[in-house]
Amino acid sequence: MQTLNLQVNGETHELSVDVRTTLLDALRQHLHLNGTKKGCDHGQCGACTVLVNGKRINSCLTLAVMHDGDEITTIEGLGGSDTLSPMQKAFVKHDGFQCGYCTPGQICSATAMLDEIKEGWPSYVSVSLVGEPELTSDEIAERMSGNLCRCSAYPNIVDAIIEVGDKS
Amino acid sequence: MKSFDYQRAETVEQATTVAAGKNASFIAGGTNLLDLMKLEVLSPDVVVDINRLDLNAIEQTDDGGLRIGALVPNSKLAADARVRQHYAVLSRALLSGASGQLRNKATTGGNLLQRTRCYYFYDTASPCNKRSPGTGCSALQGQNRLHAIIGASEHCIATHPSDMAVAMQALRATVEIEQTDGHRRQVPLQDFYCLPGTTPQRENQLESGELITAVHLPAPVEDSYQAYRKVRDRASYAFALTSVAAVTQIRSGTFSHVGLSFGGIAPRPWRDTEVEAMLLGQTPSRQLFEKAADRLLEEAQGHGGNDFKIPLLKRTLVAVLSEAANFGGDA
Ligand SMILES: Cc1cc2nc3c(=O)[nH]c(=O)nc-3n(C[C@H](O)[C@H](O)[C@H](O)COP(=O)(O)OP(=O)(O)OC[C@H]3O[C@@H](n4cnc5c(N)ncnc54)[C@H](O)[C@@H]3O)c2cc1C
Ligand code: SF4
Ligand code: FES
Ligand code: FES
Repeated sequence: MQTLNLQVNGETHELSVDVRTTLLDALRQHLHLNGTKKGCDHGQCGACTVLVNGKRINSCLTLAVMHDGDEITTIEGLGGSDTLSPMQKAFVKHDGFQCGYCTPGQICSATAMLDEIKEGWPSYVSVSLVGEPELTSDEIAERMSGNLCRCSAYPNIVDAIIEVGDKS
Repeated sequence: MKSFDYQRAETVEQATTVAAGKNASFIAGGTNLLDLMKLEVLSPDVVVDINRLDLNAIEQTDDGGLRIGALVPNSKLAADARVRQHYAVLSRALLSGASGQLRNKATTGGNLLQRTRCYYFYDTASPCNKRSPGTGCSALQGQNRLHAIIGASEHCIATHPSDMAVAMQALRATVEIEQTDGHRRQVPLQDFYCLPGTTPQRENQLESGELITAVHLPAPVEDSYQAYRKVRDRASYAFALTSVAAVTQIRSGTFSHVGLSFGGIAPRPWRDTEVEAMLLGQTPSRQLFEKAADRLLEEAQGHGGNDFKIPLLKRTLVAVLSEAANFGGDA
């Protein structure tokens, strides 16, 4: 067992975990934050996406003990039922889901992805590597390809993201 | 996952000392190691966390190149202004790999050392010489769509899956290694990986406990065409079936620099200096490109499921060189 501190959604938690515990399992099983989902557990689906120090990652492929002192934001930290974030609202408005299983990961990923665009990060489909990235549906599809949706709500997910991206 | 002793290294010396002589693995991003540990393909006794080491910088070197720390995340490297401007092939290759989330975690060192995606390597119920030496190679007579057409042996036909390493090799990068005696050595990337031969379990020049500290890129090639063309089963978030990294320069109508590297086709990022020499000093033409591709593929051998890679790689190389010949503006 190993003890560590996680700053999750603004609150500090001291945890004692088996060293094998992934960040995903620490969030779900130790902190009972069940918004973050486990799909594949192997980095292939994106359902477990959370923000670590502002950057999106797959929480299933990292150990909790590697994140001692880190700031974690989960879907619960982006907003609750009465305090939906702009991205959460846009997903509701555009019907960006069916079963909803991939949705927390999609929303965390999309939120951080827009910050990457703001920082000027290019993508594989960007025509120029040095210009300002554009917010086209091709760009969003490429940048969000790490989030699979078994219900294939992709067109509505893209619409939701474009709306939030255009506003900010 | 089997349990292990978790050690967090605070210094490079500590990391190499703790790992030397043991069944130990360094953990950087963890995106490949943990994937394999969950399946018990790998079960290290000791996991040495290197994330607190000071290896996170991209620095200009005295010879006008770049030194990329082993812990620099793939996303940060792809977005670095100097890399985008002068080493576009590397940005493109990184951006073609994995997903946004994975690139935020995946590191320079970990990406170089990621293991093959051969299905049988992942399946502990199947014979596999790389995972369990001496048990045989299931891919030879089995599913081998992802597998090598060049450089393989009858003991293993797995490919190295990295896109980043292919681009770095086209840029003629070197790997900086911390030895367990505290000294550092540099190995050209093209000599870093081993071919499988009779020992497919040995994949590179690292000895027990040795740590990659950085990758060095030489000064950029001026006015160069740079491209990373990746062919895969879906448009994004898939490994390469074949890929071509190119860094070329044309002066007075002939090739004055040719750096080519190939992915998805061999046990390591593939380079063929004879092919480069055939092109150097020559006037670009489709006929020349086809001759070069034929030379590259002279000894290529399919295994059934991957036969398609032979014509595919030829077409990919000819397409990239044709673009290089017409190159005018920036990448
Ligand atoms: C779903 C999925 C899709 C992917 N798609 C692609 C793709 O299209 N293209 C591609 O190129 N890659 C792809 N990858 C692989 C990804 O790029 C690698 O997992 C990643 O680069 C590994 O880096 P890491 O820092 O997480 O390594 P880790 O998992 O931490 O380590 C990998 C290995 O390197 C060793 N190691 C790490 N750092 C050092 C060091 N400094 N010195 C010595 N040893 C070290 C570790 O001990 C371990 O053996 C994909 C991965 C997943 C899960
Ligand atoms: S190709 Fe290599 S990794 Fe795959 S089964 Fe054969 S020996 Fe194992
Ligand atoms: S559960 Fe982490 S990527 Fe699928
Ligand atoms: S809404 Fe069902 S998986 Fe995406």
